[in-house]
Amino acid sequence: MDDTMTAEEQPQTTDPAPPQSVDLAAVFEDSGVKDVLKEIDETMIGLAPVKQRIREMVALLLVDRARRDMGLATEAPTLHMSFTGNPGTGKTTVALKMAELLHRLGYVRKGHLVSVTRDDLVGQYIGHTAPKTREVLKKAMGGVLFIDEAYYLYRPENERDYGQEAIEILLQVMENNRDDLVVILAGYGDRMDTFFSSNPGFRSRIAHHIDFPDYSDEELVRIADVMLAQQNYHLDEEAKAVLLRYAGLRRAQPHFANARSIRNALDRARLRQANRLFSRNEGPVSAEDLSTIRAEDLLASRVFTLGEPDSEPAS
Amino acid sequence: MRITQGCFSFLPDLTDEQITAQVEYCLRNDWAVGIEFTDDPHPRNTYWEMWGNPMFDLRDAKGVMIELDECRAANPGHYIRLVAFHSERGFETVRMSFIVHRPPNEPGFRLSRQEVNGRSIRYTIESYAVREPEGQRYT
Repeated sequence: MDDTMTAEEQPQTTDPAPPQSVDLAAVFEDSGVKDVLKEIDETMIGLAPVKQRIREMVALLLVDRARRDMGLATEAPTLHMSFTGNPGTGKTTVALKMAELLHRLGYVRKGHLVSVTRDDLVGQYIGHTAPKTREVLKKAMGGVLFIDEAYYLYRPENERDYGQEAIEILLQVMENNRDDLVVILAGYGDRMDTFFSSNPGFRSRIAHHIDFPDYSDEELVRIADVMLAQQNYHLDEEAKAVLLRYAGLRRAQPHFANARSIRNALDRARLRQANRLFSRNEGPVSAEDLSTIRAEDLLASRVFTLGEPDSEPAS
Repeated sequence: MRITQGCFSFLPDLTDEQITAQVEYCLRNDWAVGIEFTDDPHPRNTYWEMWGNPMFDLRDAKGVMIELDECRAANPGHYIRLVAFHSERGFETVRMSFIVHRPPNEPGFRLSRQEVNGRSIRYTIESYAVREPEGQRYT
């Protein structure tokens, strides 16, 4: 007796009939997207246009999924994105949240973020680039591949640059594996524009361009509050006013990186605060003393005294 | 004669969907999946060729399936198996291994008898396939 069972003999499951109506609000609730959107709204300061764009995208993707459930659309949408904006405007953080959103909406299977730069994709010698790029792409399958400063992949001044090879593999995977991964290219606005105009293949494969505006001085102070609160520090009122002035001055100086510059300034302020508490030695210190950043901790910065960033070597 | 080695070998060949599900299981257990191939089907042949390195730090089975497709295209007349390596101290060994691709025709094994020490007989098996040199079997 032949007891092997071939695929044809196995019971076939028939697809259930497509639903006649979809309750978008219920899908929105059930998928847990609402929580992520709320988290973005609450934890990320400023970035109003970005939040608006994300909400629009979520709406589009929800409707698109409903359409596919009903059999109205067949093609998987292109989800590759580009994030443009100055450094420190929250591109990586938003990319993390975006991976979470896409996962909850069911557009990527795992929802992890693989963050890479040119060095992770491009090899050192002939034949090194393709395996290296493939390795990264394999890791990113089922999630989101975030390529920071993507324009470095393309070096027009060197026609034998291996970056071109990485670009070709990327383009191929972006086209063929649209269900498997989402690619986010990030970088400064103007340089990304040049990059896209010299690589038309990318432009046509990217559906969503999101531009990250710079933070205003007030927003930077609020960000500083959040950053410090996470480490159980706080600014006194005077220090807040000083930090507002700091943000304005620092902006005009070279290498300004929005929230990152503020974080570095706060790190240095903590250093000065510790030094102040230690060197003055005014008897026992309270928890309040240990967690308060005062104006003098910020005012010692070279941004105020010399008009140049602290991070620059002293001239 | 179908050779039966590793998990699932008495079942019908796994479809790609089923392989994907098994790989997902391996990845959920934090095992590194590697691809190996050979054209020597002897059961005591444990040293199969590696197709690239074992894939550590993958999150999704698709990465394995891409490699598997490439290996199949390059070695259509070979056996290909997936091995899942568990790196945890105490195991540090293969936890699961199953054949995912086999040649179209498997000629089976010849039983050979050797007379030794008077009328004693030693038995051994040899695949009909290995009478051809490597790379020319199963074509």
